[in-house]
Amino acid sequence: MANVTETSPPAVAPVAAEEGPKRTTDLMWLLNPRLAIGLTILLIMGVGSFVLPLFAPADPSLQGTYIRNLPPSMEHLLGTNALGQDIFWFLVYAIRNSLSLGVVVAIGVSIIATTVGLSAGYIGGGYERFVMLITDTVITIPLLPILIILGALIRGNTSFFAVGIIIIIFGWAWDARTVRSMALSLREREFINMARFSGANTPQIILREIFPYVTAYILVGFINVILYAINTEAALAVIGLSKIEVPTLGSIIFWALNYNALFTGHYLWLVAPIVAAVTLFIGLFLTSTGFNAAFATKRGVQ
Amino acid sequence: MGVAGFIAKRIALYFAVLFIALSITFLLPRLMPVNPVDTYIGELQSRASSTLDPEGIAELRENLESLYGLKGSLFEQYISYLDRVIFHFDFGPSFTYFPHPVSDMLANAIPWTMGLLLTATIIAWLLGNAVGLVAGYFYKKRAATILEFVGILLYPIPYYILAITVLMLFAYIFPIFPLSATFPVGEMTLQKAWMIFYNSLLPGLALVLAGFGWNILSMKALAIATSEEPYVTFARLKGTSDMTRMVRYVFRNALLPQVTALALSLGLIFNGALLTEIIFSYPGIGLIMRQAASGGDYNVLYGAIAVSIFAVATAALVIDLTYPLLDPRIRHR
Repeated sequence: MANVTETSPPAVAPVAAEEGPKRTTDLMWLLNPRLAIGLTILLIMGVGSFVLPLFAPADPSLQGTYIRNLPPSMEHLLGTNALGQDIFWFLVYAIRNSLSLGVVVAIGVSIIATTVGLSAGYIGGGYERFVMLITDTVITIPLLPILIILGALIRGNTSFFAVGIIIIIFGWAWDARTVRSMALSLREREFINMARFSGANTPQIILREIFPYVTAYILVGFINVILYAINTEAALAVIGLSKIEVPTLGSIIFWALNYNALFTGHYLWLVAPIVAAVTLFIGLFLTSTGFNAAFATKRGVQ
Repeated sequence: MGVAGFIAKRIALYFAVLFIALSITFLLPRLMPVNPVDTYIGELQSRASSTLDPEGIAELRENLESLYGLKGSLFEQYISYLDRVIFHFDFGPSFTYFPHPVSDMLANAIPWTMGLLLTATIIAWLLGNAVGLVAGYFYKKRAATILEFVGILLYPIPYYILAITVLMLFAYIFPIFPLSATFPVGEMTLQKAWMIFYNSLLPGLALVLAGFGWNILSMKALAIATSEEPYVTFARLKGTSDMTRMVRYVFRNALLPQVTALALSLGLIFNGALLTEIIFSYPGIGLIMRQAASGGDYNVLYGAIAVSIFAVATAALVIDLTYPLLDPRIRHR
């Protein structure tokens, strides 16, 4: 459930939290390679896609820059496509744009989800019931149909940035739910009561006592949201309803499908973005589960 | 709280979801800068090379607005919208296939989507949980790591990539299946049924693969945690077999969070199914939505989204309502 996929932090989170101290060394040995592999993939793709464009010979989103359908060569590492664009450079820009979108959305979602989740979990009562009703509703509503409607209505008249905003508006609910359940369990802890009896008010307790505790989860959630956002945008682009002129992992696949890259024997045009996307997604996923495990280990030691 | 309280709460949530979702589908198009009636008239104008006189246009606009429920104040529109959708399942006529009613088009597409989605989800859930249970219960064995590896590789890969990869592998490189599937319509014969089944195998495979990875990972995690519970140790000391412990002790308890997770992730699974349908040109709700989106057929779009939300919310409700059957703690409280 990729699209989701991603997006199922609850599936992974509970386990890690339950790891006891006795398996600590075991886990270090078993799970830290995940984090290492994941971070390496992200580092290479992140740095590469942000530094390489400085050396790009031409803006790859412009059509007709080169001769069409050239095979791979030293000059065009992955050849050129049916629109006269260099596939390699288009892909580099696509990874950069997708990653930027992911990070921007993840920042927005983390802020909303943390605020909503912490306040609901800590304040409780009618406020919590109301907030959770909204959250559960947003989770239940399938996002893609709504995005398809929005895409059809604002077709072409939107900026790439607006796509990100829309994903934020409909994407915060999963994380809010996770953060809230964490806040719920924290509310019962001794040190929170201690702070309350010492005269701290609610915002102070949330900010100083609970927030430091949940930062680890927020980081894991942050990476999951990057994955989710890249995916959602790409899904929209693949069916042609995002800003398809902007190179992203989805728009590259859209153009390749649209020009029947398979029938014309133009494998690289389709295979290259698929390999890149799968590598990136696995990198993000390994990083998020790796972090989760590492934090669980750390808590176990304490 | 008891079963009654649980059910009442869940049904209240269901209606809240439907109400909020219908309100969103009502408000979204009205908040947008584009007016479908304007677009439609503009299209007619350009087709008639601007020969329509202003009076004719005013009359046309009047007719269209009453036809598409855009008359009166926003509140009146809202009430009549809810009335039409909830009590008459009426979304008006399609723009593209005028005057074919939207509800008919949707009624034709729903069985396709449901058939594919239900089968694939059930297979993915059963298979993924079985593999995850084995991998989690024997987590110290090397083979378990390999099973988990499969899950890690599959889980982060999104639907559209799986769909395209499956299509590339089994229709192009190994041409076992047709590249563009054909789904015969009309009267059902044995031959047609076989053709539909054969052509549905690829989209089904993509959907199963996509759901599979997540179920492995989450079931494995749950099974590890559960197999370290004291009652499982007690069962082992009592002398029960591995099989009994795995199925009756670990699986029974790990099942509960998996059922809840399935209900919660239905929306996501549904999104994936829509994408898969579009990529495989499978004649379900997803394809209708895609065609309506590119043709500016707004009534069809709103109908399709309302039906999707209704279907997902209802399926989640049904899954959640089976929960008391599985969890005796709710029944006996």
